[in-house]
Amino acid sequence: MQTLINTQWLEACRVEDTIENGGVCLKLNNEQIALFHFSRRNEWYATQNECPHKRQMVLSRGMLGSLGETPKVACPFHKKTFALDTGECLSGDECAIKTYPVKIENGLVYIGINE
Amino acid sequence: MKNKTAVIIGNGMVGNRFCEKIKLKLPDINVIVFSEEPVRAYDRVHLTDYFKIPSMEDLFLTENEWYTQNNIQLHLNDPVVAVDRSNKKVRSLTGITCNYDYLIFATGSAAFVPPIKGTEKEGVFLYRTIEDLDLIKTYAKRAKRGAVIGGGLLGLEAAKALVDLGMEETTVIEFAPRLMPRQIDDTASTVLQHKLNELGLTCLLQKSTNELVGNERLTGISFQDGSYLDSDILIISAGIRPRDELAKKIGLATGDRGGILVNAQMQTSDGSIYAIGECALFNDMIYGLVAPGYEMAEVAASHIAEEGKMFKGFDMSTKLKLMGVDVASFGDPFISEPYARTIVLEDRNKGIYKRLNISTDGTRLLGGILVGEATAYNMLLQTVNNNLPLPEHPEQLLFGEQTTGKKTATGLVALPDEALICSCEGITKAQICDAVATKNCENAESVKSCTRAGSGCGGCVPMVKDLIAHTMKLQGKYIRTTICEHFDFSRQELFDLIKIHGLRSYDQVLDQLGKGDGCEVCKPLVSSLLASCWNEMILRRGNDVAQDSNDRYLANIQRGGTYSVVPRIPGGEILPEKLIVIGEVAKKYGLYTKITGGQRIDLFGAHLNDLPAIWEELIAAGFESGHAYGKALRTVKSCVGSTWCRFGLHDSVSFAIRIEERYRGLRAPHKIKSAVSGCIRECAEAQSKDFGIIATEKGWNLYVCGNGGSKPQHALLLASDIDEETCIRYIDRFLMFYIHTADPLTRTATWLNKMDGGIDYLKNVIVNDSLGMAENWEQEMQGLVDAYQCEWKVAVNDPDIRKRFVHFVNAPDEKDSNIRFDELRGQKKAADWNTPSLI
Repeated sequence: MQTLINTQWLEACRVEDTIENGGVCLKLNNEQIALFHFSRRNEWYATQNECPHKRQMVLSRGMLGSLGETPKVACPFHKKTFALDTGECLSGDECAIKTYPVKIENGLVYIGINE
Repeated sequence: MKNKTAVIIGNGMVGNRFCEKIKLKLPDINVIVFSEEPVRAYDRVHLTDYFKIPSMEDLFLTENEWYTQNNIQLHLNDPVVAVDRSNKKVRSLTGITCNYDYLIFATGSAAFVPPIKGTEKEGVFLYRTIEDLDLIKTYAKRAKRGAVIGGGLLGLEAAKALVDLGMEETTVIEFAPRLMPRQIDDTASTVLQHKLNELGLTCLLQKSTNELVGNERLTGISFQDGSYLDSDILIISAGIRPRDELAKKIGLATGDRGGILVNAQMQTSDGSIYAIGECALFNDMIYGLVAPGYEMAEVAASHIAEEGKMFKGFDMSTKLKLMGVDVASFGDPFISEPYARTIVLEDRNKGIYKRLNISTDGTRLLGGILVGEATAYNMLLQTVNNNLPLPEHPEQLLFGEQTTGKKTATGLVALPDEALICSCEGITKAQICDAVATKNCENAESVKSCTRAGSGCGGCVPMVKDLIAHTMKLQGKYIRTTICEHFDFSRQELFDLIKIHGLRSYDQVLDQLGKGDGCEVCKPLVSSLLASCWNEMILRRGNDVAQDSNDRYLANIQRGGTYSVVPRIPGGEILPEKLIVIGEVAKKYGLYTKITGGQRIDLFGAHLNDLPAIWEELIAAGFESGHAYGKALRTVKSCVGSTWCRFGLHDSVSFAIRIEERYRGLRAPHKIKSAVSGCIRECAEAQSKDFGIIATEKGWNLYVCGNGGSKPQHALLLASDIDEETCIRYIDRFLMFYIHTADPLTRTATWLNKMDGGIDYLKNVIVNDSLGMAENWEQEMQGLVDAYQCEWKVAVNDPDIRKRFVHFVNAPDEKDSNIRFDELRGQKKAADWNTPSLI
């Protein structure tokens, strides 16, 4: 449980600011984080907002979906897809994106950042 | 009764096939195989592939365990040396003896080595077995100049192998005046020779070899005409000699030039002894191909099983690819006048030669030769073998795909059920169609595993595929392209289902018709269908997150994550006041401006946050969305027409504006572009558009399915000299037909290219209303036209939609500070992709 102890939970936004089955971009600690409310699956995910392919700050504008059971997001630029749970690139490229834990308390969304 | 025993001498392709056949027919029979070769049966047809493949395993015909599993004794490296016919006994080299009820000679053939001096020298090889190939492969490493004696089928294969092994020069030496003398004629040989020459192969014809020169090792070849060729490796492939020495020794009847005499049941002069494959002589002929050998194996096995099949000779038609050059010979390739008439096409430019021999009454095909282009081979062969009537202009058969392509289906239908499609395996049309119809084989792979069709030389695979498609079509099945893992429907099916069920959101469609959680393929597709069905504002009902990147923000995303803005300028006509507004907006928001190819103005570099404000100002000045971001009608380009131009016949600008305003925002499988020209000079380039209109003296000509872009294609004339109202009715029908039936992301040009019957069919549907859908489509289109609203007008006036246009949801007034611009010619441009790119 080492990671949990070191996780700092940052208040991100209200649940109603998020988009059902879509993403929004957050500015936290001067970093851009994409927050996805996958309401169809009743799941929340947070990842880096930058797509590693062409280093564009756009993943929050991507389309959500699934590959088998794996939840994924497709970058709006060139449709590279990434697993939301592991951050792994599903389009066959050797790159992954950072993921962050998400929790909801009292209508507020918190993102866990490792210190 | 005691089980009978069959002893087989030889474990080549044909011997192996006999084992399979006899075990299938008589599972309890004892089968004992003796083979002089050290390895079990392998695919000799693809022997040349051995140079390319990593291991021998790929060539074996059966798994190692197959023989034991089927209770067959296989003695490798152990040829039969003695046969006691009166006691029906054989003895092998290692001394194994056994009794037989049936003895089968499948001893095959050996390479014929002509009586030339020096064939024993190092560097001289045969081309028959894996061992030969291994030796060649090793020796070739230190050789530079290769030669092959024998310009037949196998000789040319061997020459190709030498080229592949890296020889600097390769020469084929043929005694006859042409290459492949048994298959092709002189002209065909000349054409083939030219082709092979270009690929680095020299052919010497009418050359009679005198002596192979060299001390121990080969250094050259001298010919009877006194000439000489330097050569350090030579392959002899001068024909085959049946392996009949054992048969002769035990007193079986053999032919004068070799071969064990057999009857139509494959029995030799001793009724208990059979001979099959290349060692057998039937009707004075040795069949040096695998397909007839397989047929002989089947006949012999069926005779032993008392099924009574007969061998009736075999079609020796053949098609092969020699160093990339197609060569085919079918039926009787040489028959000529007065017994036949010939049609010849000789194209020295492309290296193509085709010869068809037709009956003197011109109704039947007797045979032919194809060099350089042989796509029609299968169909021509079937036409000969099934005695099908020729078309009225048989010469068209020579011109390959364009003219004969459409006829394929008719050709297939005409084939009788018993037409042999796969001659290697003896599989008929009926067997293939049956596999498709009753065993659910829907691709060539499954037909192959079900029937074995296509597992031999593979030459019949294209025809098998055509038969599969044809049979599936007959059954009312069609080859469906389903959208993705979430929807087991084609686009067209989904369109109809959405309409029938009145579905209006992506989630509804997924819940009712799909599975899983969707993806970047089905989301934009379904969104497009919803828009084509109902023409509702695309960002409502939760459909915003199912839109493609550009539709989601009603703008085109550009490098760096900014957007571009394109207001609609119908027909390219614009008031000076509106031009000024565009300029002012561009200045205010710092946008790069450029005139597009579609006669409008594109404003680049807008921050996501600024989009609603930009549009508010444009809308206030009377602009509307230009749908540059959508798979929708883009622009209707126009020339200035009769209002100014001294050549103009009609007012093309007014008509273009009318058209653009009618179809603006119409969403389709792909983007749609249009243009109207005021005269035949065609300044609006209407013939490069999805639909284009050109003024004529009497009215308008309507062209459809043109395309610019990466695969330019001219539009085709759909109707001529029609009035404006008719023109619009036809366009309504045309667009709705396209929207209903095109595959995803298919432009009209590709849609037409795939359409059975092409433009004639399309004309019939649109102009003559052959499907009876015209009225429906016109109504549907009117519904969409009536439902149109400017998306941006809706967006800026709806607070819920408008609030989505922010970059940081927790800092809505802040823009993305990562966005960078550079300067170029006094304007800005997007900074290059942030480097380095990580993928």
